[in-house]
Amino acid sequence: MTSPLASWADQLLVLCLLLNFAVLGTSRLGFSVRAVALQGVVLGVLPALVHPFSWHVAAIVVSIVLVKGGVIPLLIIRAVKKAEIEREFQPFIGYIPSLVLGALFTALAFVFAARLPLAPEHAGLLVVPASIATLMCGFLVLMGRRKAISQVLGYLLMENGIFIFGLLLADAMPVMVEAGALLDLLVGVFVMGIVINHISREFSSLDTSRLSALREE
Amino acid sequence: MCVELCWIDGSPQPVPPAASRSLVPKGKSMFHDMMADPSLLVMIATVLAALSGVPGLVLRYPPLGQRLAAGTACLAALLALPSLAYMLLTGARARYLLELNLPFGACELALDPLSLFFLIPIFLVFAAGACYATGYWPARSHRHTEPSVTFFYGLLSAAMAMVVLSRNGALFLISWEVMALSGYFLLVTEHEEAEVRSAGVVYLVASHLGAAFLLFLFAQLKLATGSFLFPATGTLAVSSSLIFVAALVGFGSKAGIMPLHVWLPSAHANAPSHVSALLSGVMLKMGIYGILRVVSFFPEKPLWWGALLLVAGLTSALMGICVASAQKDVKRLLAYSSIENLGIVAAGVGMALIGQSVNSPRLVWLGLAGALFHVLNHALFKPLMFFAAGSLIHATGTRDLDRMGGLAKRLPASSLLTLAGSIAICGLPPFNGFVSELLLYLGFFGEAVDAPEPYVALGAPVLALVGGVALLSFVKLFGSAFLGAPRSAEAAAGHESPPSMLAPMALLALLCLAGGLFPQGFLALVTPVLGSVFPQAKGYGGLSFNPLWLTALGGALIVTAALLFFALKERARGVCEERGPTWGCGYLRPAPRMQYTASSFGVFFGSLAAPLIRTRIKVAALAGLAPAPVRLSYQPEETILYRVIVPVLEVAGICFSWLRRLQHGEMQFYILYIFATLLLLMLWVR
Amino acid sequence: MLNTLLHMALVLAMPPLLLGVIGKTKAAFAGRVGAPFLQPYYDLRRLFGKGVVISDTTTWIFKAGPVATLAATLFAALLIPLGRHPAPISFHGDLILFAYLFALGRFFTTAAALDTGSSFEGMGAAREVTFSCLAEPTLFFALITLTRLSGAMSLTPMLAYVTPGLWAGTGASLLLMLFGLFIVLLAENCRIPFDDPNTHLELTMIHEVMVLDHSGPYLGCILYGAALKLYLLGAFFVNIAIPFSTGNALGDWVIFALAMLALAVGIGVVESVMARLRLIRVPQLLVAAAILTAFSLVLVVR
Repeated sequence: MTSPLASWADQLLVLCLLLNFAVLGTSRLGFSVRAVALQGVVLGVLPALVHPFSWHVAAIVVSIVLVKGGVIPLLIIRAVKKAEIEREFQPFIGYIPSLVLGALFTALAFVFAARLPLAPEHAGLLVVPASIATLMCGFLVLMGRRKAISQVLGYLLMENGIFIFGLLLADAMPVMVEAGALLDLLVGVFVMGIVINHISREFSSLDTSRLSALREE
Repeated sequence: MCVELCWIDGSPQPVPPAASRSLVPKGKSMFHDMMADPSLLVMIATVLAALSGVPGLVLRYPPLGQRLAAGTACLAALLALPSLAYMLLTGARARYLLELNLPFGACELALDPLSLFFLIPIFLVFAAGACYATGYWPARSHRHTEPSVTFFYGLLSAAMAMVVLSRNGALFLISWEVMALSGYFLLVTEHEEAEVRSAGVVYLVASHLGAAFLLFLFAQLKLATGSFLFPATGTLAVSSSLIFVAALVGFGSKAGIMPLHVWLPSAHANAPSHVSALLSGVMLKMGIYGILRVVSFFPEKPLWWGALLLVAGLTSALMGICVASAQKDVKRLLAYSSIENLGIVAAGVGMALIGQSVNSPRLVWLGLAGALFHVLNHALFKPLMFFAAGSLIHATGTRDLDRMGGLAKRLPASSLLTLAGSIAICGLPPFNGFVSELLLYLGFFGEAVDAPEPYVALGAPVLALVGGVALLSFVKLFGSAFLGAPRSAEAAAGHESPPSMLAPMALLALLCLAGGLFPQGFLALVTPVLGSVFPQAKGYGGLSFNPLWLTALGGALIVTAALLFFALKERARGVCEERGPTWGCGYLRPAPRMQYTASSFGVFFGSLAAPLIRTRIKVAALAGLAPAPVRLSYQPEETILYRVIVPVLEVAGICFSWLRRLQHGEMQFYILYIFATLLLLMLWVR
Repeated sequence: MLNTLLHMALVLAMPPLLLGVIGKTKAAFAGRVGAPFLQPYYDLRRLFGKGVVISDTTTWIFKAGPVATLAATLFAALLIPLGRHPAPISFHGDLILFAYLFALGRFFTTAAALDTGSSFEGMGAAREVTFSCLAEPTLFFALITLTRLSGAMSLTPMLAYVTPGLWAGTGASLLLMLFGLFIVLLAENCRIPFDDPNTHLELTMIHEVMVLDHSGPYLGCILYGAALKLYLLGAFFVNIAIPFSTGNALGDWVIFALAMLALAVGIGVVESVMARLRLIRVPQLLVAAAILTAFSLVLVVR
């Protein structure tokens, strides 16, 4: 990854990190969805900057941009409209604490990345810390929010984090793994959609803390 | 990425393209290469088997898909079976490499005599079952379930073929898992019934427990040899009993050796009949194949391995058939009988192992030949009997023998074929079951002559007892279902099965008879395997008696019986023949319900074997001076499952109930647990 | 060749005579004159001349049962040596075939019994299969003991090995084996104390009840087949029990015939002095027989 476009890749990754904070800090669901969509588009463009051009790469880029930037956000926004919710009220972890924790985890991610035994050409890059930071922010969203849709967003953030890490395997990444990751994402979102539908039907709300009523006694 | 199959080495050499191109027209050269190499035909047959159900999933007209699947199955069998026989008889071998980019090393497939032998039942029963299914489970009347059954049937057969062909531990496990899951999906075809669902659950749990042991086994092998590839015969230096025990438990639970058999009866009873035929006739043998393969790795085998296998096999056989004698569900009876037959096979393998440790080529040869011959026999007569059970279900709509009767008049062809199957499965001459038991008996009796301490010879009376109880069970099956008077309205109205169901049964019955009258043919298929698995078997000259005696006596017996039958019939007709109701000591109005049912037939023996056969008798208490009619039901239970395993699991459940406190239902806390673990792991990295 | 012909002639002609001798012995014990010695032959001739009554419930299995049993027993007759003369057919492992041919006959007899759809025959069939299960291991223990002694796995050399010299050496073991074999002989042929061939009471019937519905030539087949089975198992017994041989062939035949008649008298005596056992005692007696023969094996091995 020593191409002259690497610096572009670095700046895009910084944009991703900022988008993490955007998702962590807002209570408006529509805005969060668009932020995640934008992150997805950015990540979709990244392989084009990293790998040499080939039809495989072009197909991958186009499909990721479409799916992460178009299809999935559309589905989620449709679900949001159907459920008629706009904001996340009373999350378990408040917005300011979320932002603080997010910053803490990003710092931890940089520290951790420095300790990993990476190959020499990957050592100074932003890819590993960005991926770990995005992963942790995804976890934070998953843990801290009530509404099921927010948890879908947290899941999407985690997927983005893993995808960033996958960019490291520039040479050895066969098409199958990328396609598999995409399929996994699609399936995950579908399943979540179904689950959300059931939750809202059962409890007339998307508050996941109601799910604890289902535990066996 | 693509899947490539590269031929590595083997014999005979396939015709090199350059030479053939000059001799034959261009278009035909590849075809000519294919036909010249039987091992490639076997590979093609495997692929055909896997794909046989796929057209049925996409076609709009399901009966066409089913017929296509049956046709493909027959084509696969026609390609594979002659090739397998040819390769076995000429001693050919082949190796292939599957170019899958899996991180487990080279995915090698190989055709050596052991694999070739176990491929024979797979393709034979698959083709027979696929043809049978067109009549038994037609797409027209089973619109929702038929496509998936056909698909998984093909997938199961192909997965079993891959299991037998793989030489890489990871590939073996992948194929094993596909096989187990296909079996599960076939099993729960009629999942609307609670009994089927519970059978599926027990099957899954047992299957995966066995697979856990297999994972352990292959991990140990990798530690010992350094790669996932199977070691060649007799080259594994470390003689580890841990590997043997893991193999025994893992493969033994698939083969249904007691006490690991608890999933077998309900699984085989609740699956559709052609699926039970494939599961019982072939999938159980995969366990035996696994044991033989693992055992062949070791050059030196301790005595206790063979002794354990022999004792476990005989115990399994005896207990299995004793429980079978109490069953009134025809498919459960056949499932327990499978446990008995697999016990006999395991006993044969145990005998061979004992022979290897005491250096007796005779014992090795007879034990292994008897075991393999019985594998082939069982793959012929057990599917035949399950197909017969399918005919019974098709005719009467019930599996309960106590509600059948008198079907021989309405199902003449099925009754004749079931009679053939019953005689074969009891091990009676002139059918094939007798020959395999004869080989085992010769092994046992030979020990009485040679060995100073003939403990092994004690197996002969046990085997005789097993044979006696098997006779009881199958007279019960045949008599309750086909003979006597109909015990219910459904039995009185039963109709004969269509030819698509009768034809595979007839084929299997003919093969059973051929195996008994011409055992030389089957032995010719068995003998090449013996030397390749246990090299010591080569030291034995072969069968000590001339098999032509069996041919002559068997043929003469059939001819004499036929002559006497027709002579007496003519005599009776010539003198005077009258018809009338059954006399039976002169009762005025005998009713069909007064007949002995299947349950009552087995009750006398059940009272002798009461600790083994637990039967639940449910009867409401009579009350009052003039009590109302009352029902009594008689239900045999699976002893080990309900007396041993379920209580243990209940105790385990009580012990673990304190863990419930961690299950509070708050999802966010669960995610917190995961995150905390992840963080901990990250901090732990140094 | 001559031996084979004599063997076949004896096997075909002599069995009903055994039944006649047994009957006469029992009559002698009861103080009666009893039926003539050749009565079973007259019975067979009468039966083969009579018509049949076939039940509507039955199928071809009903007619095939007696025939298959007779055919199987006839072929078993080819394997057993009579006296000191070798059997017409002898090969390694024929002792298994001998035992299993009887099992084949039992399959068809019980199937034919179930074919009538009567509860009586079903009862007989259930009892028959249960008792024969228990009798098989005894026979196999005896065969293992004989194999161990003689080192041969074919009936002819195995039974030829039993000589008065062998009795002198391993008499106790052979005696135990004979007790077990005698019990099996009585059980397999449905003699007292297991079954009463004379009565037709539900309490006492095993074999008799299975053939209630057969008539005419089929009943004759069954009667003859039962006599033949008694003859063959008796020949096995007598080969061990009375192992004397003169020098020449004719003398051996005569000794064998006399020994069979002595066995028939012995069975008659046992039938006259004992009563039929209660049904629940029968398995116990069979298991005792198995233990006796197992013990004889232990004595030989030690």
